[in-house]
Amino acid sequence: MYRFAISRLLQAIPVLLMVITVTFFLVHSAPGGPFSADKAVPPEVIKALEEQYNLNQPVWQQYLSYLGDVIQGDFGPSFKYPGRTVNELITAGLPITAELAFYAMLVALGVGITAGVGASMRPNTMQDYLPMTGAMIGICMPSFLLGPLLVLIFGIHLDWLPVSGWGDIPGDKILPSITLGTGYAAYIARLSRGGMLEVLSQDYIRTARAKGLSERLIIVKHALRGGLIPVVAFLGPAFAGLLAGSFVVETIFQIPGLGRFYVQAAFNRDYTLILGMTIFLSTLIILFNLLSDMLAIWLNPKLRQEIRGTN
Amino acid sequence: MADAIEGHGSSLWKDAWIKLSKNRLALFGLAVLIMLILTSLLTPLIAPYGYETQNLDMGATAPSLLHWLGTDIFGRDMLTRIMYGGRVSLMVGFIATAVALVIGILWGAIAGFFGGRLDAVMMRIVDVLYALPFMIFIILLMVVFGRNILLLFLAIGAVEWLTMARIVRSQVMALRNQEFVEAANSLGLSQWTIIRRHIIPNTLGPVIVYTTLTIPSVMLLEAFLSFLGLGIQPPESSWGLLINYGVETMEEFPWLLIFPGIALSLTLFALNFLGDGLRDALDPRTSKD
Repeated sequence: MYRFAISRLLQAIPVLLMVITVTFFLVHSAPGGPFSADKAVPPEVIKALEEQYNLNQPVWQQYLSYLGDVIQGDFGPSFKYPGRTVNELITAGLPITAELAFYAMLVALGVGITAGVGASMRPNTMQDYLPMTGAMIGICMPSFLLGPLLVLIFGIHLDWLPVSGWGDIPGDKILPSITLGTGYAAYIARLSRGGMLEVLSQDYIRTARAKGLSERLIIVKHALRGGLIPVVAFLGPAFAGLLAGSFVVETIFQIPGLGRFYVQAAFNRDYTLILGMTIFLSTLIILFNLLSDMLAIWLNPKLRQEIRGTN
Repeated sequence: MADAIEGHGSSLWKDAWIKLSKNRLALFGLAVLIMLILTSLLTPLIAPYGYETQNLDMGATAPSLLHWLGTDIFGRDMLTRIMYGGRVSLMVGFIATAVALVIGILWGAIAGFFGGRLDAVMMRIVDVLYALPFMIFIILLMVVFGRNILLLFLAIGAVEWLTMARIVRSQVMALRNQEFVEAANSLGLSQWTIIRRHIIPNTLGPVIVYTTLTIPSVMLLEAFLSFLGLGIQPPESSWGLLINYGVETMEEFPWLLIFPGIALSLTLFALNFLGDGLRDALDPRTSKD
């Protein structure tokens, strides 16, 4: 297990290196970017940029020095906000986005697993069809549509909940979390239903039933662990999706998190900010994929044995 | 079954159609899809108003007999806007999926057919690309190279081919060693006949299923980018862009948000149901019975 974890961690290094290299040269080739000669930016920014990137040196040396900085966790100054570094902007946005993603994940897991497990207990009845139809609607209702509709209904017409900000007014975290979480709740409902149905048809469940265990005990003690493996494996990709979703949700609800910074950086063509944030977000996503893989393996004895066999 | 023994090779498709035609949701999806394609093709002929027609004095009006879905703040007919926007959304869906299909099938078929070291290297590349956060890369591409519709097709297609490559590869590899292929070999059938009668039809099922499911996810990606203002640019229009505009004025004119939203959701709904139905009908291993 540990050896597998370490080998997967080592495999992530070339991927990250590729991310840094590709993004650096992409941004480098951008017309009007921070690395081209013709630009009209404040002199103090130019000075900072020159110090950071050694602009008078050949490209490969700029690349190497940027790589060195990034490895030490220094993403350099912002191209558009004079006097601010990419690190500062990331540090400002990260806690907010992390909190939003956490609440959204709670919504997704809570609603999704309840609906999916409930549906799997009585397949092909109303208890199955209703949540699964709901899940299909959730999947087909993207966050950029759901968010504004929730704002329209609960924020404007009913006037129950605030529609912008994060942590300024009580209750302003509810709508963004639901907006971001709903789509994933739908996926998780489908995944947990499928996983549970498969597990519930296994022999060891029949044994448990034969022993006369209550249905609740069978589900909680025996079936959930195996039945939720697909959900756990989905958590990594879901996290990547949540980050992308935060671009939209933070834009709709005017939340000053990473997602909003990223979209604004894309609009302002703040090349160094977008370069640094791309690398940062990619690292996060790769790490979370790794974590969710490890967790899925830990939960699944069959996979664990396979890994022991190959090592 | 008797068909198969007598050698009428169409039984797979006949079976699939019989199964599909019993699935009402999938049929509904198919009907919606056909209607959408027809509408998109005929839009310039059947749209109630011209794409450029506007009436600034009128401004935004609620749905009425003259404008079934109302008009936007420039007095443009919403039904017309949604029809033209749907053309772009569908076009992105189909073209980007086609790009993904071509790369994915070629990549997967070559890897699966030749196997060995080539396969290992090709699939390792797919693994590495899988680990990349593509949504972020597409945004980066749009920023660096400008918001160009052709680039959008290519970028989305370049993201979506990975799963297709995996599916095709595993299909081809599994089929090469199947007993019925061996049997066909020992019966003395030619390689071409085996490929045509056994390999292609058996690979086609999962490919069709995955293609049907890729189209909605591509359309969603396009709408997502357009909503952020990083996808389709005016004067072109798409459902994502219409939703974006609708959000800006939703307090006073909610229909400007709701109708394009319904168009997008209904389409995604239909395509997903069709994809699920096709999976049940065409892919014997994952079907419910």
